[in-house]
Amino acid sequence: MNRSAIIQVFYFFLYLLVQVMLLKNLVLFNVSFCFLYVAYILLLPIDTNPLVLMVVGFLMGFMVDVFYDSLGLHACTVVMIAYLRNFWLASITPQGGYDAGAGPVIAANGFQWFIVYSLPLVFVHHFVLFFVEAGGFSVFWYTMLKVITSLFFTMTTIILLQYLFYDQRRL
Amino acid sequence: MERLFNFVYEYRAFFTFLALEVFCTWLIIENNQYQGTMYFNSANRVSANILNFSQGVKEYFSLRKINGDLAKENTLLLKKLERLNQSLYSLGTREVKDAAIINRYDFISAKVVNNSTSQFKNFITIDQGLIEAIKPGMAVIGALGAVGKVRAVSAHYAVVISLLNTDEQVSSIIKRTGYFGTIQWDGTDPRLTNLRYIPRHAKPVEGDTVVTSGYNSVFPGGVMIGIIKKINLKEEALFYDIKVELAQDFGNLTYVEVVKSNLKMEKDSLELNVVGPR
Repeated sequence: MNRSAIIQVFYFFLYLLVQVMLLKNLVLFNVSFCFLYVAYILLLPIDTNPLVLMVVGFLMGFMVDVFYDSLGLHACTVVMIAYLRNFWLASITPQGGYDAGAGPVIAANGFQWFIVYSLPLVFVHHFVLFFVEAGGFSVFWYTMLKVITSLFFTMTTIILLQYLFYDQRRL
Repeated sequence: MERLFNFVYEYRAFFTFLALEVFCTWLIIENNQYQGTMYFNSANRVSANILNFSQGVKEYFSLRKINGDLAKENTLLLKKLERLNQSLYSLGTREVKDAAIINRYDFISAKVVNNSTSQFKNFITIDQGLIEAIKPGMAVIGALGAVGKVRAVSAHYAVVISLLNTDEQVSSIIKRTGYFGTIQWDGTDPRLTNLRYIPRHAKPVEGDTVVTSGYNSVFPGGVMIGIIKKINLKEEALFYDIKVELAQDFGNLTYVEVVKSNLKMEKDSLELNVVGPR
């Protein structure tokens, strides 16, 4: 196990604890959630093996589920974006390709690129999460309101954190 | 055969994805089944301790409010006791002599260590479990009204399915008229819940009190649920659409009582003998 892997394990638990101890209690107007733990999967280095991504995503989602009493729900959605992530990264490769070993972060690829990269993935995550939780489309507009407001909240937090903790490799 | 292995190997990412998603779906479905024996929930030791710590920090900021609520509940209970004493005095006797009937329900006080109101399926974790003989299916009430039903227990903690959970249904009656229906939340506003299956001829009015019926012997009868806020009757509809304002504020729940129904077994087995399993 090399040094960067140990750092990633540390970040794993940091994201998890922040999510379940702090952000779980922080729900704006009862509809806007912040699922910051998604950023952990989004910001892993670009050349990460998709199998590792999915297994790590599953573990993260599963542990969040234990605290939210919603077994399988977060695990299911995180595995989904972990799977989609590398395809999406491949299809939006900037001219000249990615730097070797770099993370998909603002510092390396710019703000605009990061929005294009993360917004659809976070949207898919929130969309699937809330509609599976609601058990269908019976309260469509209310669920949609949750999806959109949470999207804003999560994205703002992810972007702010990257400016606050500036690091070439990753957050 | 070799080509099959090659095929699976080539698309290993996709197959892993599929396997994990199928497993997650199975978990979701399994978790939705009512009152299963579960280990991976917020009542297990590690997660409950972490939640306990975070709740402990939060509690310092609401001590004043908790004190006020407890004092209010105390006065309410004293008033009730006094009224009961008065009526017994004027009757000159105790109506019910059977000790089993008098001690029908036991109450166990518990602290809330985890709570949410903003999901579609909300759960509450409390800090009493198997050691205090808490079992799945017991009712949980707060100072101001019904809270929910115990769903799973570990040694020191229990997970309660909140009234603010779209899967939870509670049999209840309109106190004034005695018509009974079912309380079920629709997943939107945490201050309002829905009263269903009140028939057309029942004529409820805004401001009517809704209490538990006691029919399913989980909740004692007459536990406050809320007050009717809005009534709507569509043409051709068989039942009213009734919005009930919850008496208990789920946003700041701190202490609750778990109700142990001592005669539940007797009632259930009698009903099972006569009516058969439902």
